[in-house]
Amino acid sequence: MLLKRRIEIVCLALSLAMFAAGCKKKAPPPPPPPPPAPVVTPAPPPPRAPTVAQFTAEPSSIQRGQSSTLRWEVSGNVTSVAIDNGIGTVQNTGNRRVFPSDSTTYTLTATGAGGTTTASATVNVSSPPPPPPPPPPPPVDHGTVTSRLSSDVQDAYFDYDKSDIRADAQQALTQDATALKSILTDFPSATIVVEGNCDERGSAEYNLGLGDRRATSAKDFLVQLGVPADRLRTISYGKERPVCTEQTEACWQKNRHVHFSAGQ
Amino acid sequence: MKRLIWLAMVAAAALAVLAAQDINMRIINGQRPTIALPDLRGAGDAQKFMAAFNETLQGDIQGSGYFKIAPKTSYPLNIPQQPSDFVTPPPPAPPQRGRRNQIVRPPSGGGRWMIDWSGPPVNANYLAFGYTALDNGVFLLRGWLFDLSKDSPSTAQVIGKNYLASPDEAGARQTAHEFAADILALFGGKSLFGTHIYYVHQATSRSPDEIWVMDPDGSGQRQITHFNSITIEPSVSPDGSKIAFVSFVRGNPGIFVFSVDPVRDLRFYNQKASVNGQPSFTPDGKQIVFQSSARGCCGIYIANLDGSGFRPITMSRFIDAEPKVNPKTGTEIAFSSGRSGPEQIYRMGMDGGDIERLTDGTGEASNPNWHPDGQHLAFAWTRGFAAGKFNIFFMDVASRNYIQLTHDEGKNENPSWAPDGVHLAFMSNRTGQEQIWVMLANGTQAHQLTKQGINKSPAWGM
Repeated sequence: MLLKRRIEIVCLALSLAMFAAGCKKKAPPPPPPPPPAPVVTPAPPPPRAPTVAQFTAEPSSIQRGQSSTLRWEVSGNVTSVAIDNGIGTVQNTGNRRVFPSDSTTYTLTATGAGGTTTASATVNVSSPPPPPPPPPPPPVDHGTVTSRLSSDVQDAYFDYDKSDIRADAQQALTQDATALKSILTDFPSATIVVEGNCDERGSAEYNLGLGDRRATSAKDFLVQLGVPADRLRTISYGKERPVCTEQTEACWQKNRHVHFSAGQ
Repeated sequence: MKRLIWLAMVAAAALAVLAAQDINMRIINGQRPTIALPDLRGAGDAQKFMAAFNETLQGDIQGSGYFKIAPKTSYPLNIPQQPSDFVTPPPPAPPQRGRRNQIVRPPSGGGRWMIDWSGPPVNANYLAFGYTALDNGVFLLRGWLFDLSKDSPSTAQVIGKNYLASPDEAGARQTAHEFAADILALFGGKSLFGTHIYYVHQATSRSPDEIWVMDPDGSGQRQITHFNSITIEPSVSPDGSKIAFVSFVRGNPGIFVFSVDPVRDLRFYNQKASVNGQPSFTPDGKQIVFQSSARGCCGIYIANLDGSGFRPITMSRFIDAEPKVNPKTGTEIAFSSGRSGPEQIYRMGMDGGDIERLTDGTGEASNPNWHPDGQHLAFAWTRGFAAGKFNIFFMDVASRNYIQLTHDEGKNENPSWAPDGVHLAFMSNRTGQEQIWVMLANGTQAHQLTKQGINKSPAWGM
C-alpha cells in the first residue's frame, strides 16, 4: 500500500513537470554580432624631440663675484645643444662655470630632427652686504674735550683774597686762550666751564664769592684775547673742592686757582 | 703810646665782659645754684629706660648753664624717691655729763634728712628726685624739686608733678626733657627741648654734602636732602617750619626753600646768576635776604620765598656776603664784606644805606649771627691769629665791645644762637675733624654734639 502511494506521487510529479514544460513561451532571436573592427595599418612613429634630462645651476644663488656651475644632460635625437648668454653650442652633456654679475636665467636649447626642447636654469646673484661705513669722526664728547683741556690748558693761580690776574696767570691764560680757541673750533658744540676755587682760610661763604670773582676775571681776560664769551661759563666752588688739604702755603696756593673743565 | 693802646684794649675788653654778663645773667659770675641730681630709678620694666632718662635729664640741666651739679660721688646712700621718704631729724641729744665742750655732731640721716643734701659734702641748694613706672601702658615720671634752704620737707617742694609719655625710650627721654624744662623755667631758663639744629653733613671729605637735622643734645640725627651734590648753608625760618639752603645740584649754586614737616621743595625761583647763596629769613618769615652775582659778584638781595619780588640791596664792586636781618627790629642787616680789604663785619639799613663797619679791620671776620635780643652779634674772627684761624667772638653792637669765646682750639666758625639766647652752636675742628659743638654764651661748657663724619654750618632754630 505504501509502495503504491509512492508510485502515485512520482507519477503525479512527472505529469506536473511535463505540464509545466509544455506551458513555456518561445524566446526571440539574438541580435546580430557587431561587425569586425577594420584593420588599420599603424603609421611609422615620428622622430621624437630631444629630452633634456637635466639642466641645473648649482648653486642657484650666489653673491656677486662668485661662480655657479651649470650642468646639463640632453638625450634623444639631438643635432645641437646651445645655451644662451654667450655660452653657445655645447656638448650634449657637460657643465660650465659661470660668473654672472646679475641674476641671469640661462636657457638651454636642444635641437634635433624631432624638434626643439628648451629648459632654463636661473642663477640669482645677490649683492654682498655693504662694508661697514667708515668710522664716524670722533664725537664731540667731554672725554675728548677733557683730555684736550688737561693736556693743553693750564690752571691760573691767584694771590690770597685776590681775584686780580697776576703776571704768571696772564702768561698762563694767554697760552690758554690759544688752546681754548683751538678746542672750541674742533668741538663746535662744546662749552668750557671756568671754575673758581679758593684756599681754606677765608669763610666758606665769602670764598664762594671770591671764587666767582676769580672765575669771572679769568673769563674776562680770555674773552679779551678772542675766546668767544658765549662758550665760557663760570662757576665758583669756593673752598668746597680743594686740590689738597695740608695747611701749608704751598697747598693753599694750589687751591687758589681757576681750573677749566668741559661743560655739559 | 703802645701802652696806651694796650690799656684801651683792656678797657674795651672789660666793657665787653660787662655786656656779656648782661646777657648771660647769673651764668657768668659763678653764682649758679648747686643742684643735687641723683639718678632716678624705675619700677619694674620702667628701669630699662632709665639710663636714657638720666642721661637726658643730666644733659639738659648740665647743658643749660644755670646750675652746678653736685658730684654724684658725694651723695648719701639713701636716695629719696618721693617726699614721704624724708624724715625729720630727731632733736639733738642733750650733752652728756662730764664731757664738756664736746661739739655734738648730729648723726647723718643717710639721705633721709634734708640736711644730708644741703650740708657737706653735697652742699646742694636744690635736690631733684622722683621715680618712674609703667602705668596702664604709659611711662609715668613723678618728679620733685626741693629747695634745700627750707626748714622742712613740707615747705621745701617747688616742683611736684606727674609727666606722662609713651612707654619706650623716646617717652623716657621726653619726660626727662619736660622735667628739666620745668626746673630751668624756675630760674628764667628756656628749655631747648623741641628746637632743632640744621647742619651740613658729609660721610667723608669725598662724599657729597647734604643738609641734616638733629635735636639740640645731638640725638635724632637725620638726613633732609638727597641731592648727591654740594648742598650747604642752611638757615631756619623764625617759626621753624621752613629751611633755606644752597645746592650745586643744578650746576651753579642756587637757593632752595624747603618746608620741614613734611620735607617738601617750595620751589624758590633763582635769578640767572653764577652765584645765588647764603639765604636767611626776615623776622616775619616772608622774605629771604641772600647773596647773588646777578649784577656782578656779589651783592645782597631780597626776595619773597618763591623768588619773586627780587631786588638788590647792595651792588658793591666787592664781595658782600652773609646777610642777616636783625631778628628783633627787622630794620637792619648785618653782613660780611670785602669792601674795605679783608672780610669784615658790617651793618646797614634794609635799603642798603648807612653802611658801617663793626669790626676794626684787623684779620678777617665772617659769619655774623644775631643774638635773639637784636643787640649782640656772634661771629668768627681771625683777630690775633693767622689767616684762617677763626675763633668765635661776641660783640655788643651799640658799643662794638667784644669778647673772644673760643681760644685757638683749632678753627671755630659759623656760630648760631639757640632760641634761648644762652647757647651757641658752632663748628670746630679742634678734634682734628670738623664737628658741631655747643657752648654757653660766655664760652664755657663747650661740648661736642656730632662725632660721625664731617659736620659743619649749624643753624639753630625752632
